[in-house]
Amino acid sequence: MSAAQEVIAQQADRRRGWRLPALPDWALSWLQVSPLAVILVVLFALPTLLFLAVSFFDYDRTGIYPAFLFDNYHDLFSTPATWRLYVSSLRFALIVWAITLVIGFNIAHFLIFHVRTAAVRTVLFLLCAAPFWTSGLIRTIAWIPFLGRNGAFNQMLIHIGIISHPLDFLLFSDFAVIITYVHLFTLLMVGPIANAMAKIDPALLEAARDAGASRWAVMTNVIIPLSKTGITLGSILVFTQVMGDFFVVKQMSGGQSASIVSALSTEISAMQYPPAAASAMLLVVFVAVMVAGMMRIVDVRRELVS
Amino acid sequence: MAKLTRRAALAGATAAAVGTGGFPTIWAQNIKDVTLIHAGPPVTAIQPIADQATKDLGFKVQMQKVENADLLNRFLSQSSTLDVADVSISYLRYLVGRKVLQAVPLAKYKYWDKTIPLFTKGEYPDGRKASTDGISPISVLYATDITGQKQATSPTDFLTGIPSITNGDTLGIRPDLTGRPVTSWADLISPDFKGKTALQDSPTIGIIDVAMALESSGVVKYGNKGNMTKPEIDKTIDHMLEIKRSGQFRSFWSSFDQSVNLMASGEVVIQSMWSPAVTAVRTRGIPCTFQPLKEGYRGWAYTFSPMAHLSGLKLDCFYEYMNWYSSGFQGAFIAREGYYSGVPENVKKFLTPAEWDYWYEGKVATTDILDPFGKVMEKAGNKRDGGSFWERMGKIAVWNSVMDEDRYLTRRWNEFITA
Repeated sequence: MSAAQEVIAQQADRRRGWRLPALPDWALSWLQVSPLAVILVVLFALPTLLFLAVSFFDYDRTGIYPAFLFDNYHDLFSTPATWRLYVSSLRFALIVWAITLVIGFNIAHFLIFHVRTAAVRTVLFLLCAAPFWTSGLIRTIAWIPFLGRNGAFNQMLIHIGIISHPLDFLLFSDFAVIITYVHLFTLLMVGPIANAMAKIDPALLEAARDAGASRWAVMTNVIIPLSKTGITLGSILVFTQVMGDFFVVKQMSGGQSASIVSALSTEISAMQYPPAAASAMLLVVFVAVMVAGMMRIVDVRRELVS
Repeated sequence: MAKLTRRAALAGATAAAVGTGGFPTIWAQNIKDVTLIHAGPPVTAIQPIADQATKDLGFKVQMQKVENADLLNRFLSQSSTLDVADVSISYLRYLVGRKVLQAVPLAKYKYWDKTIPLFTKGEYPDGRKASTDGISPISVLYATDITGQKQATSPTDFLTGIPSITNGDTLGIRPDLTGRPVTSWADLISPDFKGKTALQDSPTIGIIDVAMALESSGVVKYGNKGNMTKPEIDKTIDHMLEIKRSGQFRSFWSSFDQSVNLMASGEVVIQSMWSPAVTAVRTRGIPCTFQPLKEGYRGWAYTFSPMAHLSGLKLDCFYEYMNWYSSGFQGAFIAREGYYSGVPENVKKFLTPAEWDYWYEGKVATTDILDPFGKVMEKAGNKRDGGSFWERMGKIAVWNSVMDEDRYLTRRWNEFITA
């Protein structure tokens, strides 16, 4: 036995000496989930219960009063604003989802199947992620001087003679909101899809091609089904981001459109907590139902484990 | 900045020399261990003011700047961690009666008889009664007793807070881009400026600005613009929806910087605005006017109140700080943002004669006028928009407000913004 081996053996002995009595399996798995469970219970479940309770409270200008009233929900559902907000947010979510999916899928496909060396792939991934080194707020606001009436883009178009008057729709419009969302969230699509694609055995693609499948058939019969998990995860990320957004809509629509959260914040600014809590509950339930629906289409859990 | 500090130091020296009150007046041994935490909005909770107070008073003053709703929240939920509430008078509606603040006995305040009559009596110096639309200072400043939990309808010996800052707000315009003179609030909704106007995205202030415009164009009549009835809110919001659909508004701003950028970039040529934002646009060398309008101004004020938990030495220190706060340094500092002090007389000693003439007298600037941070904001030879102090503050049409129907207003405002 060499000296080094001896040291290792000694260390192993010592460790064995310190060892706790073996835990039963169930205790071990409880212990493993407990850090995440504690975080979720304390920072998510308890606050959610709290605002569920507050959403039934009564209130006036000087305070909130424990009660069990449905008034806040009645107000919420009877205001046309609520329906408009959900329709408008869903519309943004669908458009942004479709665009980020197409762009994200193609970028991921390119990175995984077209880039041949791992080094180049890593560099390209880093380039995709580089904008994330600055904060989302800055990436949002940076569009304003670019798209404005006297902004860089309009001036360029006027300068090269394509238009004679600045295009107003570029900023403080739905267009501006969507372009910013796409810019912010495409990477959320690229990541999970690329991850799923990387797991596809290249032999499968070769086999498909050898069996005479066209490029399109390979795509629809092999790559897309096998990337389903990534597509679903990316979709959930993009969807929840758009539904919960406050800042982008406010900045880029110039307050012309509102988001669910910005309406909620107007209520909070007016110190109206119970209706704000009711709006928040509705949003949580709505997003949870949507996400559950997506999870039903693709069993993400099974796919991740297998 | 260097200039500012030099001037601040000079001003401090002058104060000591002329003895505006001879601070500090408490000589307790342990005074240097006292720290007062002053919480207010970014436009008034300014660090150099706290630094100067700390230097003059012998105890420590710390500033916490917080934006509106968060500030109110902090007062309501963490009042024992703060000492000084620097708060908009319309917010007193949320704070009085909730054991957050205590009243100031008039006898403790040195400058009540020098305070402008707009606050002490609700009158202008020439004896005219000032508007009581919205939340007028006279309706909230007096408290029934020392606990300060109820507002009095007529003068008493207790104040819910001392009035610290005031101004009349109006529309900001880009005179180089409007193409015609702007003289009325109605111009905010004039088709001439379609797609080039903006509003503040806040129900309480935004709706009053539009109400001024609607009333002046004869579309809606109000009993009290600052405290609308439900039908008045409905009528106003319905008109606003129509105006919004016609494409009148370019944007709704929710922060100071946004309002500055909208104006500076020319996205917007007429909008509701704050005086320091106009100053900020002009400091960039871009023409911007805080345009006086024939209907008058939307007035507002801030008060300065002790939190309920203060007592003993700390309360004495608060009174000391309160009297220092009104003695001129702070008033001079905010004068350079375009705001007025509740005790203008004291401010005069801390401004150069040229500054006093420009900011308070509405006279032609004899030297370049600097902003609070030492940058040139007005060249010699120009005059302040709106003229002298009383030409502006003597024409308040309505005060900022929190309406009785604010619950309904918030709902309808959300409808307007989402339409």
